[in-house]
Amino acid sequence: MTDAILRVTGLHKSFGDHHVLKGIDFSVAAAERVAIIGGSGSGKSTFLRCLNFMELPSLGTVALDGREIGRPAGGDGARYYPEAELCAVRERVGMVFQQFNLFPHMTVLDNVMEGLVTVKGMKRAAARERAAAELEKVGLGAKFDAYPGRLSGGQQQRVAIARALAMEPEILLFDEPTSSLDPELVGEVLRVIRQLADEGRTMLLVTHELGFAYHFATKVIFLADGVFHEVGTPDEVLKQPRQERTRAFLARYTEFGF
Amino acid sequence: MDYQFEFALVLRSLPVLLRGLVVTIQLWVPSILLGLAGGFLLALARLSDRAWLRLPGLLYIELFRDTPVLIQLIWFFYALPILIGAELSPFAAALLGLALNTSAYAAEIFRGGIQSIGKGQWEGARALGMRRGQILRRVILPQVFKRMLPAFTNRAIEVAKMSSLASVLSVHELMYQGRLLSSTYYRPLEILTTVAFIYFVLIYPGTWLSARIEKSLAAKA
Ligand SMILES: Nc1ncnc2c1ncn2[C@@H]1O[C@H](COP(=O)(O)OP(=O)(O)O)[C@@H](O)[C@H]1O
Ligand SMILES: [Mg+2]
Repeated sequence: MTDAILRVTGLHKSFGDHHVLKGIDFSVAAAERVAIIGGSGSGKSTFLRCLNFMELPSLGTVALDGREIGRPAGGDGARYYPEAELCAVRERVGMVFQQFNLFPHMTVLDNVMEGLVTVKGMKRAAARERAAAELEKVGLGAKFDAYPGRLSGGQQQRVAIARALAMEPEILLFDEPTSSLDPELVGEVLRVIRQLADEGRTMLLVTHELGFAYHFATKVIFLADGVFHEVGTPDEVLKQPRQERTRAFLARYTEFGF
Repeated sequence: MDYQFEFALVLRSLPVLLRGLVVTIQLWVPSILLGLAGGFLLALARLSDRAWLRLPGLLYIELFRDTPVLIQLIWFFYALPILIGAELSPFAAALLGLALNTSAYAAEIFRGGIQSIGKGQWEGARALGMRRGQILRRVILPQVFKRMLPAFTNRAIEVAKMSSLASVLSVHELMYQGRLLSSTYYRPLEILTTVAFIYFVLIYPGTWLSARIEKSLAAKA
């Protein structure tokens, strides 16, 4: 594939002597939507976080538009990543966290404006306009002046999505965006994500909402033992998994089905 | 007990003591300001992911916190000039000692404050493409400043009292004048009580303010 926006080659990540990711090759093309599933502690977050360098890869490269990020340092495949370059990557690869990570001392509007003003250097008036538009889009037009602490989890997560969207990233990473929400609030967040899918955005989503993954994704990845155990269309991976390991994992979700 | 407390002596000593108070303030305020500025930089060094910044920062902070202030002041007056080959005036030595000592304590307050902010805030900001300095300035420090205020007030109070140690270097501050007067008149009770009272008037507004701030912060939480 030559039209990959983002390409990962030979990615390894270790924390001390804990080898979490063991050689991953992967690429995303524009408008692809990738759902990543796998057991707890299997490295899903770590993989996602290597894509916007919240974690630095131990080995291997991440390339945006064919250009490898960072530069070789020493002969053993290690790389040096200057802060400025990583900040530029993160402007293009946005991220939404399980815990929202909003700034509690700023209003909802200021949360969304922050990146526009400090990172993109926008004038406050223009930033306010853009932030307001993003908040309207996620259905929070009435909450501009509220502080995050006053919002429900679902609302906070929608602010976090608006904050990421405002930066106009080319790729959006979602790390279990609904896992810390009460069940009745999951829907409002998933609806926003589906709306982004309808707009043709490029997204990667780590999730345990297999039903949503099935409808949302163009590609599903089952991550286990630090490698992509099974990759395919939602039908292939979620309905007709070829690997025993994948079947066992999925079986746990249907155990208490009714 | 038929001790005659001589108020007249108190009144007569007041002009000299107030001159001492001025010098005390001249030591106090700059040590606090320099200590805060230095402490902030030290805290950054202490929190750096680079060992060549972190370890010297740690050594500096522990040296100043784990040795007597009196020795530090005397050292800056008698020992440092030998090392750098230049005289320091007693006032300069005392100011230097107090400011550096304060910076070590302030660094620990800043560090505690910065570390009290959950790492999620850093993550959220980093994911937007903000740089470390921007995150500190825009996200972290605005939140910790309020929390650190009581600790800084306490430190300011300590420094006011600590400045009395400068009297051993013959800096003409409040304590020095008090000791001089009490040995001149052989009336330590009157003079030192007055000196203590002046310190109290100088410091009490600080403790009062600190308590108020703590209370209002607790009410908001
Ligand atoms: N910063 C870190 N330091 C040390 N170990 C980590 C760190 N982040 C993750 N790990 C470890 O890496 C493994 C994968 O973690 P993670 O990617 O969070 O898994 P998942 O998101 O699939 O639940 C876990 O064993 C976890 O303890
Ligand atoms: Mg995770």
